[in-house]
Amino acid sequence: MAAKLPKPDELAAGIDFRPPKTGWMDTPVELKEGMFCWGAKEKNLKAVSFPNARDWSPKEKDWKLPENWQRIVLEGMADRLQKYRSFKLFMDICVRCGACADKCHFFIGSGDPKNMPVLRAELMRSIYRREFTKAGRIMGSIAGARELTLDVLKEWWYYFYQCTECRRCSVFCPYGIDTAEITMMGRELTNLLGLNIDWIAGPVANCYMKGNHLGLEPHTITSSVEFFLDDIETLTGIRIKPTFNRKGAEILFVTPSGDLFADPGTYTAMGYLMLFHELGLDYTWSTYASEGGNFGFFTSNEMAKRLNSKIYAEAKRLGVKWIIGGECGHMWRVLTQYMDTWNGPADFLEVPKSPITGTVFDNSKSTKMVHIAEFTADIIKHGKLKLDPARNDHLVVTYHDSCNTSRGMGLLEEPRHIIKSVCNNFHEMPDNTIREYTFCCGSGTGLNASENTELRMKGGYPRANAVKYVRDKHGVNMLANICAIDRATLTASMDYWVPGVKVTGVHELVGNALVMKGEKERTTDMRAEPLPGKEGNE
Amino acid sequence: MRALVPLIAVIALVLLVFAGVQTANMQFLFGVVIPYAAIAIFIAGFVLRVLKWGSAPVPFRIPTTCGQQKSLPWIKQNKVENPSGTLGVIVRMALEVLVFRSLFRNLKSESRDGGQKVTYGSEKLLWLAGLAFHWSFLIIFVRHFRFFMQDVPSVLKMVEGMDSFLQMGVPLFYMTDAVLLGAVTYLLFRRFYLPQIKYISLAADYFPLFLILGIGISGVLMRYIYKVHIVGVKQLAMGLVTLNPAIPEGGIGVVFYIHLFLICALLAYFPFSKLMHMGGVFLSPTRNLSNNSREKRHINPWNYPVHVHTYEEYENDFRDKMKAAGIPVEKE
Ligand code: SF4
Ligand code: SF4
Repeated sequence: MAAKLPKPDELAAGIDFRPPKTGWMDTPVELKEGMFCWGAKEKNLKAVSFPNARDWSPKEKDWKLPENWQRIVLEGMADRLQKYRSFKLFMDICVRCGACADKCHFFIGSGDPKNMPVLRAELMRSIYRREFTKAGRIMGSIAGARELTLDVLKEWWYYFYQCTECRRCSVFCPYGIDTAEITMMGRELTNLLGLNIDWIAGPVANCYMKGNHLGLEPHTITSSVEFFLDDIETLTGIRIKPTFNRKGAEILFVTPSGDLFADPGTYTAMGYLMLFHELGLDYTWSTYASEGGNFGFFTSNEMAKRLNSKIYAEAKRLGVKWIIGGECGHMWRVLTQYMDTWNGPADFLEVPKSPITGTVFDNSKSTKMVHIAEFTADIIKHGKLKLDPARNDHLVVTYHDSCNTSRGMGLLEEPRHIIKSVCNNFHEMPDNTIREYTFCCGSGTGLNASENTELRMKGGYPRANAVKYVRDKHGVNMLANICAIDRATLTASMDYWVPGVKVTGVHELVGNALVMKGEKERTTDMRAEPLPGKEGNE
Repeated sequence: MRALVPLIAVIALVLLVFAGVQTANMQFLFGVVIPYAAIAIFIAGFVLRVLKWGSAPVPFRIPTTCGQQKSLPWIKQNKVENPSGTLGVIVRMALEVLVFRSLFRNLKSESRDGGQKVTYGSEKLLWLAGLAFHWSFLIIFVRHFRFFMQDVPSVLKMVEGMDSFLQMGVPLFYMTDAVLLGAVTYLLFRRFYLPQIKYISLAADYFPLFLILGIGISGVLMRYIYKVHIVGVKQLAMGLVTLNPAIPEGGIGVVFYIHLFLICALLAYFPFSKLMHMGGVFLSPTRNLSNNSREKRHINPWNYPVHVHTYEEYENDFRDKMKAAGIPVEKE
């Protein structure tokens, strides 16, 4: 069983920023329950042929490592130092100015000095110095070098799975050092030893074999969508008929599978269905490429590429012209900065052009994949939708920027334009907590398990605290976002830190406000909450 | 402890040169041989290190975007913080290198109400000290060129004039001397005083600060207090640059040799240390790349084919279920 979760005010009061008396190299790691996830199961690693697949537990002393694990790690490091300039450079040039130190949500929420980005990176730098620099080899700890012991490996594992690769630290670093890059390398290295966490390994195996993280099989996908269609019909009187794996459609739509599975993401999925229907869009879903997200990205570059390959492969097989991607955070980091490099060029597709407005999406000329917020913002700007924002009047909305769409893409105004068009009550959180300064939900990069809830609540604290500020100031009761993981994780963190604030995808708000041709008078929103002025009309 | 070793090291360097020049008369070693060696190490080391970084490819386009992307025509792009072209990148890099743009963003997280609230106030002191330190260092460095030139060019005189515009003291007091010493002292002070910064500091962080403090103090002493034989300094410097080195007759003064030797130590240490951030900042892929990877394919030189689970395999796994659910299949 997981450790007992402290009460919110206790947890907040217990954050202690005073570093321990002993230096960090002399403070051995202590794996605290509630702060880490369970180890990857044998079957999930086997499914994707990862090394050292076996059942293991981080709590046991024996991690069942291969005999020569040190050599594997050091060779892995040497290999990656050759392959990634970022890695090599970031190992060398940090001046330990500390500008990044208090920018990490895990540090702000835990006070643990090893959650300062600079120290998280030093955990690896200390080994780099020892093994790859002369000064470190000769002068040892004076030069900040140390040996790669089992304790160090456990420390790596503990802290590289306490970083959500959110890149907030890199915004503030004078040299742009991105601790997420180091965490990614750290995770690659732990994966060489089979030291994954099951919350990542499970979805990866699912996604590889079944096309999506949740392991939804084709018939389950269609039946989930059927449920949404029933709900939409009850709400609007309109029966929508989407298609699956249809050849010759103009557009392929790919979104995170999470939205097909659990509230409140399901409402966002309903929003997509309603919007596309209203526009008469010639599009198809795919059950093979049924995952926009990419948990492979949290294990290794190679695994991420393997999972990502399905999107272009499916677009090619179905003969579509271009692709729309749904609301998701890390999915868009991958699609923006990695997909084309890995699996492109997508020369069998056409430059995306909105069939509704004629807008050509030049910014995705090569990937041929458009973010749904770009697509919808364009439609709204052209006045192609009939919208009734008053239907969202029972909501006082604020907006959470996902780490990846803000710091790995720069999608900031598009979703805001949509929200302001479909809602009358919108308030921003404080400037230092949004846009490029946004705080992680606290559970990204596959850390949204249940056994590590304490970690997640600590990491979610800065975001939640900013929401609390606008709740108290403006009465905010709805936190909008464009990320399937956010919809799950922020719901938990709001319930814990700011009860009363609910979480929504932007396209749920669109679905609520969308006046569809031939719809019956709506009395509730998608969640069956009575609309303002329609209370008691049941 | 982590500060003590570097402090002792710098004191030892001072004592070494003191003994060498004052008692053993090794002026030639400290005035000619070591400076040449230090410069050689600096240049070779610097170049090698940059080549080493350069030899590693940039497999992915990973700028940290800090503003609105290029998107729909009516949405204003932040062309500097989220550049999509070369010009934007140049401006972004220039701001980063010249005025430390990212450090300027610095915020200080503070918890209030017994931890129930966190605030993020602006915190510019580190930025200010960093900027003051680097710029005064640069100006002082430029000022020193008067020792290496037969005729002092007018630009240099202008820099000197501006630096001493307070017109205080004889010789005229240079502001940058005070700014440099003040900034270094602050940068050192925060490593002792701020608990988190103290916690992350290594010997390698104290050493260059002590060294530069030593260089600054010896320079100031020499200019304002223990006058050295300035004509001799120029003779030595000119000899060094014209590759015709000679120790001037009549001696220069031991403070000069201390100053020079500490500079040599800094130069020789430079390529092996974090000071290489000076070259590294230009290569940082989160800053020097444009965010146009959706528009133009970025090539990874080591991109290799991987195992994938093909559609065919997928359909083979699920054909019956797909057919039952009315999903079209390739093979009936
Ligand atoms: S801000 Fe950059 S240079 Fe400063 S400590 Fe952090 S990673 Fe190192
Ligand atoms: S990437 Fe995010 S989670 Fe990781 S160290 Fe930086 S700020 Fe913390």
